[in-house]
Amino acid sequence: MSTATLDAPASTNGKKLENLETVVIRFCGDSGDGMQSVGTQMTNASAIFGNDVRTFPDFPAEIRAPAGSLFGVSGYQLCFSNHDIFTPGDAVDTLVAMNPAALKTNIEDLKRGGTLIVNEEEFNKSGLQKALYDANPLDNETLMAKFRVHKVPMTRLNRDAVEGLGLSLKGADMCRNFFALGLVYWLYDRDPKPTEDFIRAKFAKKPDVVEANLRSLRAGMNYGFSTESFTVHYHVPPAKLPAGKYRKITGNEAVAMGLAVMAKLSGKTVVFSGYPITPASDILHDLSAFKHFGVKTFQAEDEIAAMAACVGSAFAGELAVTASSGPGICLKGEAMGLGMMTELPMVIIDVQRGGPSTGLPTKTEQSDLLLAMYGRNGESPLPIIAASGPGDCFSTIQEAFRIATEFMCPVIFLSDGYIANGAEPWRIPKVEELPRLNVEHITAANGQNGEYLPYKRNEKLARPWAKPGTKGLEHRIGGLEKKDVTGNIDYSPKNHQHMTNTRAAKIANIASFIPEQKVDGPASGKVLVVSWGGTFGAVRTAVQKAQAAGKSVAHAHVKYMNPLPRNLGTILKSYEKVLVPELNCGQLRLLLRNQYLVDAQGYNKIEGKPFLVNELINVINEFHG
Amino acid sequence: MSVDLPTVPVQPLQSKDFASDQEVRWCPRCGDYSILAQMKKVLPTLGIPKEKFCFVSGIGCSSRFPYYVNTYGLHGIHGRAPAIATGVKLANPELQVWVITGDGDALSIGGNHFLHAIRRNIDMKIILFNNQIYGLTKGQYSPTSPLGQKSKSTPYGSVDHPLTPLSVAIGAEATFVARSVDVDIKHLTMVLERAAHHKGTAFVEVYQDCNVFNNGAFSYATEKETRSDSIVYLEQGKPLIFGKNREKGVRVAEGNRVEIVQLGGDIKEDDLLFHDEKAPEPSLAFLLSRMRYPEFPEPMGVFRDVDRTTYDESVTRQVDAARAKLGEGDVEKLLNSGDTWFVN
Repeated sequence: MSTATLDAPASTNGKKLENLETVVIRFCGDSGDGMQSVGTQMTNASAIFGNDVRTFPDFPAEIRAPAGSLFGVSGYQLCFSNHDIFTPGDAVDTLVAMNPAALKTNIEDLKRGGTLIVNEEEFNKSGLQKALYDANPLDNETLMAKFRVHKVPMTRLNRDAVEGLGLSLKGADMCRNFFALGLVYWLYDRDPKPTEDFIRAKFAKKPDVVEANLRSLRAGMNYGFSTESFTVHYHVPPAKLPAGKYRKITGNEAVAMGLAVMAKLSGKTVVFSGYPITPASDILHDLSAFKHFGVKTFQAEDEIAAMAACVGSAFAGELAVTASSGPGICLKGEAMGLGMMTELPMVIIDVQRGGPSTGLPTKTEQSDLLLAMYGRNGESPLPIIAASGPGDCFSTIQEAFRIATEFMCPVIFLSDGYIANGAEPWRIPKVEELPRLNVEHITAANGQNGEYLPYKRNEKLARPWAKPGTKGLEHRIGGLEKKDVTGNIDYSPKNHQHMTNTRAAKIANIASFIPEQKVDGPASGKVLVVSWGGTFGAVRTAVQKAQAAGKSVAHAHVKYMNPLPRNLGTILKSYEKVLVPELNCGQLRLLLRNQYLVDAQGYNKIEGKPFLVNELINVINEFHG
Repeated sequence: MSVDLPTVPVQPLQSKDFASDQEVRWCPRCGDYSILAQMKKVLPTLGIPKEKFCFVSGIGCSSRFPYYVNTYGLHGIHGRAPAIATGVKLANPELQVWVITGDGDALSIGGNHFLHAIRRNIDMKIILFNNQIYGLTKGQYSPTSPLGQKSKSTPYGSVDHPLTPLSVAIGAEATFVARSVDVDIKHLTMVLERAAHHKGTAFVEVYQDCNVFNNGAFSYATEKETRSDSIVYLEQGKPLIFGKNREKGVRVAEGNRVEIVQLGGDIKEDDLLFHDEKAPEPSLAFLLSRMRYPEFPEPMGVFRDVDRTTYDESVTRQVDAARAKLGEGDVEKLLNSGDTWFVN
């Protein structure tokens, strides 16, 4: 296929090519239909073409739910644009529904006038029954009149395309997702080359599968080109992003890469101990391939062991890290307390998901902030830092280690399912620009009588980090309360008060060593919107739109959750009203009200889904008055 | 398997070099004192500098142990010592890592970590002080307390069937399994030495008297009058003989079981069970671990000592292999991996 002409839309086969600014597409089908795969392919193709891209993969917790069932529907939404965007979009321009269940669970999100592409052959009696439809929705004229509907006999066309390759019917149908992708590629004028390369590499050992998928992709494109059903297709020119070399990255990839790069550049070993849990497991998967960077991975027997191993690795003098999600973080609580008490550096990654309990394993939520703040016995404050998007994870995980090693304490890194699985174009940093972690181990005794004093603190209240194996620094520490300076066990009342205060002061003092909070918008005014974590994109977009509409509104997106930036209190008091939208029941709001006595109001959603920009604009407008 | 431990050309260490400046806080006459004393005897003989040892423990009376040896030490949380020690060993495979634990710590709250450390064969020594009681929490029954044991939480007697620590360890694919008793100083020293020289997880159960909450639980194995009839010493390649006058032996009977026989008459030493700690197959060791007092004399010594690649060794090998195959990690290459594009 020829590459698209960027400025002059071309016409082919009598079909118009129209330019668009931003498009939102959602692929949905059975969890076995390969929707995540084609969504990822379209993301890559769009990113490589030069669009700004954001994605929202949304899949069920069941690996293979019963075929055709409503709860087995897997979806992948992507938004690509000719300008910079922060979210995967609200309403869908084009919906590809591979079966009735997918249609039923997704049709509400399709724009009026949007394009609906369905595999009409799946809308048979059995498919409709499984989706609990009394009548075929494709025959519902009132419903269908709202959209541009393309009923495509996808199964048959695809089987025809791969005929002669000796594939079983099941094998042939496995390629249907690429037929659908091909059709959407034609509709949005995408270059199929990156996808063709992917198919060739992925199935390199199975030439017939390569051929079948290539044919399916091509057949889908040709179908769009030839059939009269489609009279127009669209082109989204590249975005004007900051100059540089780009790649696509998800949050979990960025965490793993950030850790590997840090290991290499600091000359330290990263010891990752983890236990498989959705949506954090990809960090373990990715890191286990980075052994040559100085990364060791340990798949522990459980979450507790993973955390305990972190304490051990930190004591042994290396960079210890674990990753989990809410249920796992609950189990880790006691060992995190040990890390806190022994004042050893390590990072605990919490990729938040819908809770409580097992909750919604594959859905996103921001409901572990208070768990991170308070989820340990005793007075045990820990620094908390939250990534705002996939690419941001790369530098934020390294910042977490800077704090951990500089202040000798465990640090909690908050991500979420949306950040972890969502992808965005990421400008590849230059190696020489990357921060170097500067780790110091004490090498000689620090006491006046030649003894080692493990709790003798520096000006930041951090204690020294002695590496076992170092002569003369043999020492014993543990979870019991200890005497300052010597680290010996000490239960005396005054000492406990002193140590509790000191540990708290050490963490609070970190506020002097992190950047001040920035605000997007006027420095004072009517409304300040405060957000944190993965809602950055939706909130920033909504605030900017409200600003463009003349509202007096500013946005502060908080990265350092504990301690909070030292100027945040002043900022909060510079606006008449404070709005805190969160995907929880008001956890940051509680902290802000508690710490600053500010009458912050919340907008809270617990649906396992990210915010839509439009809902936030409405909330901001209403709040603004 | 025995390994060549590094030799250090410095002044040989002595027992007192391993004494820490901390006051030992166990109850007077606690069996732990003897274990500590024997450990301090063994450590200087290993040719390993003091700073290369790391003692890790969980929670319980035994777990105070690291405070009393002047090496690196980490007093952890209840049951997690094997997991903490795994983290230590992964980060620095050059350390000799000892885990000190008890029957509640290792087999109840920490059962999972105990199993997995052993099956991975991480190069660490796990010394379990078995006193069949919870001492630090003042006298509740433990997973090794016998049925019917009266304790603070079982005034009518325990209805929990106990675990046999050695059987659990062997079932978990242990490569080194041994048992000794706190007051048998020479034997305990020998067993600790053997454990120290094993490469892989070395599991040692030490019968330890809690004279406050479970006094005399192992008197059958320690008192002069009963000892020779209620324990049998294991020696590699030798028959299992016991009794005051070495008049009794252990023989394998039909049906995969053992029986006690009187020597003399028709039964010769050659008819007895000969100990083989190197047997590749763990059945014999397991069979021995099932011999419990009072039905049988309880074996003391090394039940099993076989070679298997250690976990930490495998991890290091994989890292080396990855480096050999892929070269040193290249940051530039990693950042630029996958599909990339330019924006001008």
